[in-house]
Amino acid sequence: MTSLLDHLVIMPILLPLATGALLLFFDDRHRPIKAAISSISALLLVIIAAILVYRAGLVGAVDTEVTATYPLGNWPVPFGIVLVSDRLAAMLVLLAAILGLCAQVYSVARWQAMGPSFHSLLHFLLMGLCGAFLTGDLFNLFVFFEVLLAASYGLVLHGSGSARSKAGLQYIAVNLAASSLFLIGAALIYGTTGTLNMADIAGKVANIPAADRGLFEAGAAILGVAFLVKSAIWPLGFWLTGTYAAASAPAAAVFAIMTKVGVYALMRLSLLVFGDAAGLSQGFGLTVLLYGGMITIAYGAISALAAQTTARLSGSLVLVSSGTILAAVGIGNEGVLSGALFYLFSSTLAISALFLMVELIERVRIEGADILAVTMEAYGDDEDDEAEGEVGVIIPGAMAILAVSFAVCAMVLAGLPPLSGFLAKFAMISPMLNPEGLAVANDVSGPAWVLSSLLIVSGFAALIALVRTGINTFWATLADAPAAVRLIEIVPIVTLLVLCVAMAVMAAPLMGYMDAAAQALYNPAGYINDVLAAPVVVSEVTP
Amino acid sequence: MELILACGIGVLTTCGVWLLLRPRTFQVIIGLSLLSYAVNLFIFGMGRLRINAAPIVEGGDVNALAYTDPVPQALVLTAIVIGFAMTALFLVVLLALRGFSGTDHVDGRDR
Repeated sequence: MTSLLDHLVIMPILLPLATGALLLFFDDRHRPIKAAISSISALLLVIIAAILVYRAGLVGAVDTEVTATYPLGNWPVPFGIVLVSDRLAAMLVLLAAILGLCAQVYSVARWQAMGPSFHSLLHFLLMGLCGAFLTGDLFNLFVFFEVLLAASYGLVLHGSGSARSKAGLQYIAVNLAASSLFLIGAALIYGTTGTLNMADIAGKVANIPAADRGLFEAGAAILGVAFLVKSAIWPLGFWLTGTYAAASAPAAAVFAIMTKVGVYALMRLSLLVFGDAAGLSQGFGLTVLLYGGMITIAYGAISALAAQTTARLSGSLVLVSSGTILAAVGIGNEGVLSGALFYLFSSTLAISALFLMVELIERVRIEGADILAVTMEAYGDDEDDEAEGEVGVIIPGAMAILAVSFAVCAMVLAGLPPLSGFLAKFAMISPMLNPEGLAVANDVSGPAWVLSSLLIVSGFAALIALVRTGINTFWATLADAPAAVRLIEIVPIVTLLVLCVAMAVMAAPLMGYMDAAAQALYNPAGYINDVLAAPVVVSEVTP
Repeated sequence: MELILACGIGVLTTCGVWLLLRPRTFQVIIGLSLLSYAVNLFIFGMGRLRINAAPIVEGGDVNALAYTDPVPQALVLTAIVIGFAMTALFLVVLLALRGFSGTDHVDGRDR
């Protein structure tokens, strides 16, 4: 049992890989078996990730050992690839595992039968996600990015059809071009520092000769552009809304975390490599993140207001979420970052639930009701509905659960008290306006004012857009028959939203975890020491 | 040699980007392939150019200067494999879109 725990860090990669491969051997006649294996494996992944989080959170103060390392193939560290599980990585693995489990359960109702190998693709996607979060090597990060992208190409096309093929083709083209940029950036960084290990790069940045520094920063900038494409910053994120709207519901629900992989890589690398110890390159690129993030929030909010379908509305809210976190990283304050990590967790859960709900909502309403609603508002053509005989229509149970879920989801995404979205925004805005702490008088910088206003206004825009959709769906629906919603479809949605509520209830310990994670990100010396001193297992070879 | 490599990467990238921006799916896939060739050559360049030097060290006590950097070669190998797989996958989607829409325009319809 102890030996299993020693290998825990690599389990989130091996388990989905093994499950995905195993499921390829069953054909679709054995669909219940496939679904069972897949669900059990996804549940196991959640448990493993929870243990990782528990251990990362256990390790106490920031300057002591924070990170669990795992040198692959037992190669000594700067030469071999190392897996690193610190608080941030463990938390994101847990988030990916939760979304994977919910999408998996949801897909059992309908979507698994709409095309081949849904479960395998989902597990390969989870493998790529976990690997990207856990790896401590730049080129290995590229490989896991490609794994998760390859699986996501399959998932976008799941269910087939003209719209999905068109969106999938453009999505693949954009991501292949971004992968080329990734390789160029990684090669430039290798050429100037002579290493691909992230911790090793961070240790060598200050000593790069002046002649090479420009080249190194160019490499970092190109790499950054590749990550910004994945995290869908304005103007590199136009691929997102169309692709996510075309994807099937469970696929889109997992895609909610895919932009966060780009955000994670930027957060990790910019704070690790361009931290205080980086000499002349300190703080490189943070301004781009700050202003790019702010424009993305504004663009996402306007796009949410203009969205004519619920799926596109959800895609716009993904933009708002990823812009918010990027801007929070760019503002360069430890407290803001800790709030942003809380926001990342809560907003991703809520957006994922929204993507799952989109399909059920579309079932409730009649085709084109959205466009009708927008034009009605535009022309002020809102004539009173005449009461037709039966007044008190009995809302069926499914409709009520769906409506309550939608309301909870809207409150989290718009940041209304008392749910986790409000706490997250409060945790970001408070340190933004009090960067030196509450006890002293603070000078608030201009960008902090703009960003905090943008956060509040974007929440308001999300509220308007979501309320409009909610009213049109649940109050003004023209459908006579109650929507057929299966239990297995509503359970994942409710689970995700209950987690959002639980985040609000358990806010104090969670914020403690996020604070420690943010503090570790801003003091990367501990991470660098732990990774470079990663112990290699010495075993006696018995002949 | 440096000049030839630099010109080669430049020409491949130029053609790749131009084709990538064309409206026909076949042009896009050729553009992406050319781009990936350019990137692979670029990774080679980042390991410094050496002629007649082996990447694999043999024997115990050796002079490291007699060998070329093996890491970029391993990276190029990985990048080629991944790039090839992605191109094949793109080709499948291209044909699927052609089947669905009846045109090879990237938007699925001719203007």
